[in-house]
Amino acid sequence: MSLARAETRRLYKRRFTKLVLLGVLLVLGATVAGTWFSNEKVTPAQVADAKAQADRDYQTSLQSAQQDQQKCQAAQGTADAANWPPGCEGLYTPQPEDFNYVWYMPASFEFVEEFPDMISVLAVVLAAAAFLIGASFVGAEWNSGGMMNLLLWRPQRLRVLGTKMFVFLGWLISWTVVLTAVWAGVFRVIAETRGSTEKLTSGAWQSIGLMGLRGLGMVVAAGALGFAMASLGRHTGMALGALIGLGALQIGVYVMAQLAGLKYPEAYLAPLWGFAWLYKEFVVQDYNSCDFSTSSGCEYATFTLTWQVAGIGMAIFALLVVGTSMWTMRRRDIT
Amino acid sequence: MTAVLEISGLRKTYRSRKGVRNALDGFDMVVEAGQVHGFLGPNGSGKTTTLRTLLGLIKPNEGRMAVLGKEVPKHLPEVAREVGAIVESPQFFGNFSAEATLSLLADAGGVNRNRVVMVLDLVGLRDRAKERVKTYSLGMKQRLAVASALLKEPKLLILDEPANGLDPGGIREMRTLMRDLSAAGMTVLLSSHILGEIQMICDSVTIISAGRRVTSGSVSEVLARHKSGAVKVRLEAGVDMLGAAQVLRTAGAHVTLETDHFVVGNATNPAQITKLLAERQIYVTELTPIAADLEDVFLELTGTAPVEGQNRQVDQVATAGNGGWGQ
Repeated sequence: MSLARAETRRLYKRRFTKLVLLGVLLVLGATVAGTWFSNEKVTPAQVADAKAQADRDYQTSLQSAQQDQQKCQAAQGTADAANWPPGCEGLYTPQPEDFNYVWYMPASFEFVEEFPDMISVLAVVLAAAAFLIGASFVGAEWNSGGMMNLLLWRPQRLRVLGTKMFVFLGWLISWTVVLTAVWAGVFRVIAETRGSTEKLTSGAWQSIGLMGLRGLGMVVAAGALGFAMASLGRHTGMALGALIGLGALQIGVYVMAQLAGLKYPEAYLAPLWGFAWLYKEFVVQDYNSCDFSTSSGCEYATFTLTWQVAGIGMAIFALLVVGTSMWTMRRRDIT
Repeated sequence: MTAVLEISGLRKTYRSRKGVRNALDGFDMVVEAGQVHGFLGPNGSGKTTTLRTLLGLIKPNEGRMAVLGKEVPKHLPEVAREVGAIVESPQFFGNFSAEATLSLLADAGGVNRNRVVMVLDLVGLRDRAKERVKTYSLGMKQRLAVASALLKEPKLLILDEPANGLDPGGIREMRTLMRDLSAAGMTVLLSSHILGEIQMICDSVTIISAGRRVTSGSVSEVLARHKSGAVKVRLEAGVDMLGAAQVLRTAGAHVTLETDHFVVGNATNPAQITKLLAERQIYVTELTPIAADLEDVFLELTGTAPVEGQNRQVDQVATAGNGGWGQ
């Protein structure tokens, strides 16, 4: 317990932790302010105007389409027929749903539709911060010699590194949960005042909650990876270097997958795995395939990356890196 | 006396592409309770490797170590509370103050935080305790390192070069502190290059060279065992000193001429000097053995005495003990 207390104090005392947290709050604050100022509550009169405008545009488009149909019919049997589809088939006929009145309204924050994107913004910002804080928390200790000092006091390597990591992850989870709750509350208020909370049923809340949990998982994984990479390299910079290296590797793998003619090269990009994890799936297309249909043109072959696959893949990677860092902590000399 | 620290047959091998290097090659050491024990050796001889191995930072290839009667590293967590140590240069996170650094260590080790102020006062950092460590000089960091080692009121204090960076006043304070701690019953293992200091404050010493113990025992025993073998020779006034020196050199003596006397460096049997000179009607008025100090013993045993015209490399160890003359 005394070690956990010391590590908690150390984490809170670190200036880097405070600076990164401040940065996070500034980014999140800017997002909230931007959303607030770019949305407004729509009045019934604005809805009526939007519906009327949408209907007018639909009628205009319909008349234009009818004129085109007539011109096409008139051109049949003449040289001008070449400018029209054979038999006037496939000419565009506007549908009422092509003129959704919502598009004619000023921007308004629809909680159920737009809050999931805000969860992903929060998750990505917190994951980046978690990686940095985690890497610095242990990396600076290694680099400054603080870790060696600590091991002279507590010569139990795995316990020391494990306690450090669990203290950090516990702190991270607490902050993420609190910030997510505040985030939901703030956007609920924005929706009430600058948008709408329509369709916000218990089912919608459940879906939002599950997405929040997946976001929390992503933040914890990023923090653990930053911590473990810095511990492996015994320097904060090693974690950042490894991240850049992995980014370069990703690009290399993507290019090689394209050159090798693999069907879904995007499926090898880690950010898309993160997307699939948060949004439950990500569909990649094979643009070299084409299943042609007269109604919708080329239909490409697809591969759906599910959140389960993405989650298991990312968890295995994170566990491997964390496990290796623990193993090297146990095995390597401290010089 | 009870042994507080015992090391026997300690071996540590580093393997690299350049080959195998034995940092410790069957090293032995014993430190008795209540003593200030000097641990000497040239750069790269294995001092710090020994201390790191003892403290669980490095895994040995073989050998046995015991601290306060318990085998380490197996029982190190149990005895760590009783062992205060600084290893090599003081290393702390620069953005924390001395007070914060020590209070975090106190928390981690389950030590009462009230001791922080006490040990900072003891090493003279009380008034600078709230300043960031990165603003400290090397000497101040060294004082902080000693404070961190004293924080847990250890039974065994291990200090690696504690005088590094200290000003003369600081070195004297450190010397007094070591003596006081020893008088209070603490055992101190002191690794240092300042041989005069070691000779002044240590009860016993171990000298290591190339990963092996070359000598150990109480300071007086070690000095007695390793007499310099040199004698100061003074002749009657007006006698040809150069000629006398030549006589001895011809017989194999190492003679160094001084203004009014000469020194025979390898005089294992001084009687030979008087005999050889008397045969040529040269009479000696003074024949005094020159006492060895710890520096002489260190240089002789470790083979690290400078040789004119040569740049000795760190791992280069000359053959110690050239043998005497006159036996």
